[in-house]
Amino acid sequence: MAEQTRGYVPTYPTITAPTGLWRWVATVDHKDIGVLYIVTTLVFFLIGGLEAMFIRLQLIAPNAKVLDPETYDEFFTMHGTTMVFLTVMPLLIGFANYLVPLMIGARDMAFPRLNAMSYWLLLFGGLLLYFSFLAGQAPNGMWFMYVPQTLPPYTTGPGPNYWAAGLLVTSVGTIAASINLTVTILLLRAPGMAITRLPLFVWTVLVNSFLILWALPPLAAAMVMMLLDRLVGTHFFDVSAGGNVLLYEHLFWFLGHPEVYILILPVFGMVSETIPVFARKPIFGYTFIAASTVAIAFLAMSVWAHHMFTSGMGLTEDTFFSAASMLIAIPTGVKVFNWVATMWRGAIRWTSSMLFSIGFIGEFIIGGLTGPMLATVPVDWQVHDSYFIVAHLHYVFFGGSVMGIFAAAYYWYPKITGRLMSENLGKWHFWLTIVGLNLTFFPMHLNGLLGMPRHVYTYPNLPGLAELNFWETIGAFILATAVVVFVWNVVASVRFGRIAGNDPWDAWTLEWATASPPPPYNFASIPPVRSRRPLWDLKHPENPDPR
Amino acid sequence: MTEQPTSGVVNHGGSDQLGREAIRQVNPNVLGIIIFISSEAIFFLSLIVTYVVYRGASTSGPGAHVLNVPVTAVFTLFLWSSSLTMARVTAHLGRNDVAGVRRWLLITILLGAIFLVGQGYEYYHLYADNVTISRNLWASTFFTVTGFHGLHVLVGLISMSIMAGVISPGENHPWGATGVEAVSLYWHFVDAVWVVIFPVVYLWTLIS
Repeated sequence: MAEQTRGYVPTYPTITAPTGLWRWVATVDHKDIGVLYIVTTLVFFLIGGLEAMFIRLQLIAPNAKVLDPETYDEFFTMHGTTMVFLTVMPLLIGFANYLVPLMIGARDMAFPRLNAMSYWLLLFGGLLLYFSFLAGQAPNGMWFMYVPQTLPPYTTGPGPNYWAAGLLVTSVGTIAASINLTVTILLLRAPGMAITRLPLFVWTVLVNSFLILWALPPLAAAMVMMLLDRLVGTHFFDVSAGGNVLLYEHLFWFLGHPEVYILILPVFGMVSETIPVFARKPIFGYTFIAASTVAIAFLAMSVWAHHMFTSGMGLTEDTFFSAASMLIAIPTGVKVFNWVATMWRGAIRWTSSMLFSIGFIGEFIIGGLTGPMLATVPVDWQVHDSYFIVAHLHYVFFGGSVMGIFAAAYYWYPKITGRLMSENLGKWHFWLTIVGLNLTFFPMHLNGLLGMPRHVYTYPNLPGLAELNFWETIGAFILATAVVVFVWNVVASVRFGRIAGNDPWDAWTLEWATASPPPPYNFASIPPVRSRRPLWDLKHPENPDPR
Repeated sequence: MTEQPTSGVVNHGGSDQLGREAIRQVNPNVLGIIIFISSEAIFFLSLIVTYVVYRGASTSGPGAHVLNVPVTAVFTLFLWSSSLTMARVTAHLGRNDVAGVRRWLLITILLGAIFLVGQGYEYYHLYADNVTISRNLWASTFFTVTGFHGLHVLVGLISMSIMAGVISPGENHPWGATGVEAVSLYWHFVDAVWVVIFPVVYLWTLIS
């Protein structure tokens, strides 16, 4: 068999371990790259959050003058683009990078150098996007950058060019990372780590990678066409030449909708790791969680046009996309019941990670319930492009993805740094987040029902709008305070946190079987895998899990 | 020695027998390129769907009738025959014959290069007739679809040149065999894309 790996072994270059800054530039270690991903996306998270604070300041009162309309457009476009493409998606890839090889008992990813390339493309793409501010105009056409408003003569500045070019660069990195993760999960599992024994986080990463691989290319095609229209003078979206702007909408949302699942599926995996450990019970319905992930991914590819009910597609299309969208509630509901059943009669430990996991379920359900409402065509006609949508998507993105990522941060921080985060600050962080999140985003439902459109830089002093917006801005500041507490906790705990040891949570998956932080080779010897909880079997040889 | 260095279906079989050796029969390079190709296929699908959707939508001339189908058909034969020579490359991999691999790689590169020259010739004449990428909607879609395909041919030529350079004798298979295998899959994909583009863009003009 030696010859089979002959062409493969040299992809691990021999390097003498560099130190200092150069270590982070030269690294091909999946853990270092994971940390680079996480730190970079955290910085983008703060930048995107700062943009959101300016947006909320501008909206604190009717006819406020904090930002002029042009800057406001740039800020909310960059806020959305940053949070989706430079924060949550790469942050989840960063976690996957760090954790997947550890969880499946591998020494590294399948392609370590490709892995480094993926990260650097993310950073350069992000810098290219933000360079637009210096170049005279940041992207300003909302995160979906619909044509023809992003084409001359409607937008003559360079903003959309930076949007398309920056995101094309990051997309190449994202696709490379997905190939890497897929091959790693399929080929580098430890002996005994059958696909039916994969930790659920790894399962969701695997499904997610395929979703990225098959949903990103249409967006890449749309961005290429937009760039060519703007730079070379092609006529893809030039209506007078016969072009069709609906084509852009279809191509964009063919990515755009799977994208929202790309941002949540690995988070489902994360809480499927934390909830069993903190409820002291094995996950309820492992197979259902894995299978419903596949079902969600499959359905996610066939619902994109529910973003286009107001574009005038016709009854048949509306009906199909409405029904398909509502179907997604079923596999998603299956997961929620599984998590609740896992906690049922468990010996729950109320750690910060568990609080965020439970908070995630509650907040995500609110965002989830408005989903089928919006999938109902007449309701969508009524609230389309209103603040109701903003409320819905923030409950899913912040109440769902970000809450789940916070749970994961408290859970895996000790593995990455070797120290625990402060539980006291963690609880402050949690309660401030819950209050801030609901105060900011819940009233937006009402804004939307009152008819306040999104994307507008100010609003008239109509009954109710001023009060709602005022409290939303207060909520946003509470949320920002929560994030400051979190960032302080992350930074300070590196030095002041309690030493964690290998396995602070008495967990069951393989990453806790090695040192914290793990050595470059991950495992001196790979533990035997005979069930879904290999570490439980090691700790309890008298009562191992059934195989 | 008798078995192929890569590819082949994996038997995931019994649970605990699922050791590393069994699953490694699929090489990471080969699986990686297959997954990459699946993503690329959707990119080309988007471009080709765009071409089809916009076919006949252009508000001003010229259209696909300006294309010289017979000339492109000749160059197409060169491209498709390069898939056959690529099959010779992988056959020589199995025989651990580095010289043979290199020889057939060079022939494949030559055939691919002839196709690119043909595409350049075609573009040159279109531009001479003032059919440029910004002329009208049809020209935009035509140059984008065929241009991206040409770009992929070029990447294939570069990859093949690199592999022809680095491949060296190994114990049972040449060193770099899985890299060549991956490049060959990519090359077959590039040819297959043209199997779709050529009828849609060129042959369609003959019946309409």
